Amino acid sequence: MSSPILRLVAQRILLGLVLLLAVSVLIFAGTQILPGDVAQAILGQSATPEALANLREQLGLNDPAWLRYVHWLWGILHGDFGTAQSSGLDIATSIGTRLKNTLFLAACAAIVAVPLAIVLGLIAVRYRNGFVDKLISGLALASTSFPEFFIGYVLIYFFAVKWQIFPSISTVDDSTPFLERLQAVVLPATALTLVVLAHMMRMTRAAILNVMQSAYIETAELKGLKAFDIIRKHAFPNAIAPVVNVVMLNLAYLIVGVVVVEVIFVYPGMGQYLVDHVAKRDVPVVQAVGLIFAAVYITLNIVADIAAIVANPRLRHPK
Amino acid sequence: MSNELDYLSRRVAAGKLSRRDFLGRAAALGVAATVANSLLASAVRAAGPVKGGTLKAGLQGGESTNSLDPATFLSQVPFAFGKCWGETLVELAPGGGVEYLIAEEIGSSDDAKTWTMKIRKGVQFHNGKEVTPDDVVATLKRHSDEKSKSGALGVLKSIDTIKADGGNVVVTLKDPNADMPYLMADYHIIIQPNGGMDKPDAGIGTGPYKITGNQPGVKHTAERFANYWQSDKYGHADQVEIVVVNDPTARMAALQGGQVNMINRVEPKIVDLVKRLPGVTIRAASGRGFYPFNMFCDTAPFDNNDLRMALKLAMDREEMLTKILRGYGEVGNDMPVNKAYPLFAGDFEQRKFDPEKAAAAYKKSGHSGSILLRTSDVAFPGAVDAAQLYQQSCAKAGIKIEIKREPGDGYWTEVWNKQPFSLSYWGGRPTQDQMYSTAYLSTADWNDTRWKRPEFDKMVLAARGELDEAKRKKIYRDMGEIMRDEGGLIVPFFNQFVDATGKGVEGWVDNPAQELSNGHALIECWLQA
Repeated sequence: MSSPILRLVAQRILLGLVLLLAVSVLIFAGTQILPGDVAQAILGQSATPEALANLREQLGLNDPAWLRYVHWLWGILHGDFGTAQSSGLDIATSIGTRLKNTLFLAACAAIVAVPLAIVLGLIAVRYRNGFVDKLISGLALASTSFPEFFIGYVLIYFFAVKWQIFPSISTVDDSTPFLERLQAVVLPATALTLVVLAHMMRMTRAAILNVMQSAYIETAELKGLKAFDIIRKHAFPNAIAPVVNVVMLNLAYLIVGVVVVEVIFVYPGMGQYLVDHVAKRDVPVVQAVGLIFAAVYITLNIVADIAAIVANPRLRHPK
Repeated sequence: MSNELDYLSRRVAAGKLSRRDFLGRAAALGVAATVANSLLASAVRAAGPVKGGTLKAGLQGGESTNSLDPATFLSQVPFAFGKCWGETLVELAPGGGVEYLIAEEIGSSDDAKTWTMKIRKGVQFHNGKEVTPDDVVATLKRHSDEKSKSGALGVLKSIDTIKADGGNVVVTLKDPNADMPYLMADYHIIIQPNGGMDKPDAGIGTGPYKITGNQPGVKHTAERFANYWQSDKYGHADQVEIVVVNDPTARMAALQGGQVNMINRVEPKIVDLVKRLPGVTIRAASGRGFYPFNMFCDTAPFDNNDLRMALKLAMDREEMLTKILRGYGEVGNDMPVNKAYPLFAGDFEQRKFDPEKAAAAYKKSGHSGSILLRTSDVAFPGAVDAAQLYQQSCAKAGIKIEIKREPGDGYWTEVWNKQPFSLSYWGGRPTQDQMYSTAYLSTADWNDTRWKRPEFDKMVLAARGELDEAKRKKIYRDMGEIMRDEGGLIVPFFNQFVDATGKGVEGWVDNPAQELSNGHALIECWLQA
């Protein structure tokens, strides 16, 4: 019964892997053409020609590019991302902690944002074109239109400086207990929620409204079903595919695109880590982080695809 | 009346009267709040430091790429954390001169080429080992090795031999240098067990705090080292913590919210607002850093001293200081040194904005047409505005300036030290000799005004080898005079380090060497309940 689905799903996953490999080549090539020289960047103003030459040799910057690519890919397949050129620390370990922090913040924001967006979307459809719909859309669009740093500063001003309820510095580490960690991410997670809310909410509303034009909805109405039941039972399941797509896009954003929020709240996530190392031209770290971000993006998109396939009854029940 | 105030301030210091009550009673006695506050500060200092608590700093200038190897230190956070866990041979004292740490005294031969440093006995590393002259020798060797990546390499290049001799370390130099003790104060040269040859980033030093946590770019923590050798002077808090907060607004919020006790780099444009906040104290210290307009003395049209003089006279320094730094600085005098340097003669005539004289000098130079000035946001905060202000003041003298705004990325490689007229900054150096040697010798790599005068080079070298302070001071005075009247730099102002502390932070000493009281804020301050 499920063979076409299985085939489709397997196809998607395989395609994702090929895509990831292609991205790895792109990342590697991209970092090769970054201007500047890592040795120069590490030593900065205090660089002398001798120190530069020594450091270049030590970092193996004199090997040909393809050889370095093969070494690099081979290492990654074995879970070895190498060591950061600038600090000499193991990349996998440093990324491990940071990635955990980023995922934690993204999860906290998503747990609030996704259900909230969908429920608000459903409510907006129920009272479409009325006052409630306009209010929800207006507020959500306004919060999205403000830049993240502005929302962040406003939150800090009220919650951290004026009322002193939550900390403005969200520094966490491995030893931070769960509840404290949760308290630390309240403000950044709120800022992120406000940023991603409108996109998902509007998409949910649009997708469901689209379905609401269909003949079977009219039938349901004529049967005498309540408005919410129609939306919940008949409209929403058929609007899942586009909603899942936009939710996944926003989840990806929560993981890979939050550097501004990280900086404002001093949260030790992946974004700041990447930016620091780009500034230092620390190629191994930039490559590793780039690859992880690409993997996150591709994975979430595959999940969205698969969800769309599974949600489609025509594919689930082939004739 | 003053007896009563004295009594009251001692009561506050002893914790028997609140600060607010004190200020209230002082006001009742007719004393201005600022006077009362400073009275209180000196009483608190006299009462002695309070031990205990956790002192936290929120600082700009930390990256996840930072290492604990002192040779790699470059930005502010490793610098300040290094002062917590490590010590150098000597330190730059707040009032000029040196403060002896691991070196007990430093003496030189008559020709200023051989220097003997007596190593203090009984100073312990955090691993329990005592500091020996061999550790010092190894440290100096590691940092002065041509192969090393140390930021102190340039400073130590003049060293010829280093060897231990009983309880002393003897260093010979290739050329005489009367400033040798100052070189040893470089913040990279933290004395490490066996010079850090075994594990450069072990983070073991002799400082008042022992490292407990090191997350580069996020947070650094340390606890008081029980066997620190001068615990009455430094290391008052039980723990210190540095949180990296690179965003200026977030830093200010953290100080206001009480999450940190001190921050660095308060932006001049918000200082006036911050001053009014309850509990926040602005700590502004005059420094040696300055923001020059650099002209190449060997490139037309700047090879003409009349034109250079016209451009100097057309600079409205007072206006620049008020508008760009909001007064947090001192006007410059077209030389790269100021009163924050040891052996600086204070009797130079201050150059003033004089459009008429500038116009006359400009006419005499015979130049016509506009002059291209390059600037960028990264040259220094407000550099683009500074260029525009300068354009206006030049217009008053009939000199036409054309401004080219360059992209920040690449400014230091493509514009500074490459283009004949551009804006820049210098962080200053501990001594006049180092400042002149770095940028105003004919052979200097960073000679960013193309100042090539054999007779000036000779003066630099003569002053360097001169052990008689009066004679040295005289040479430096003459050099300053030449710079001011013929040099290629226009100096609108020297900037101040502007830091801020929150409630109850006492013991701060202004130090012109670097921000955060030369990085000592965390080890010299304490928390007054």
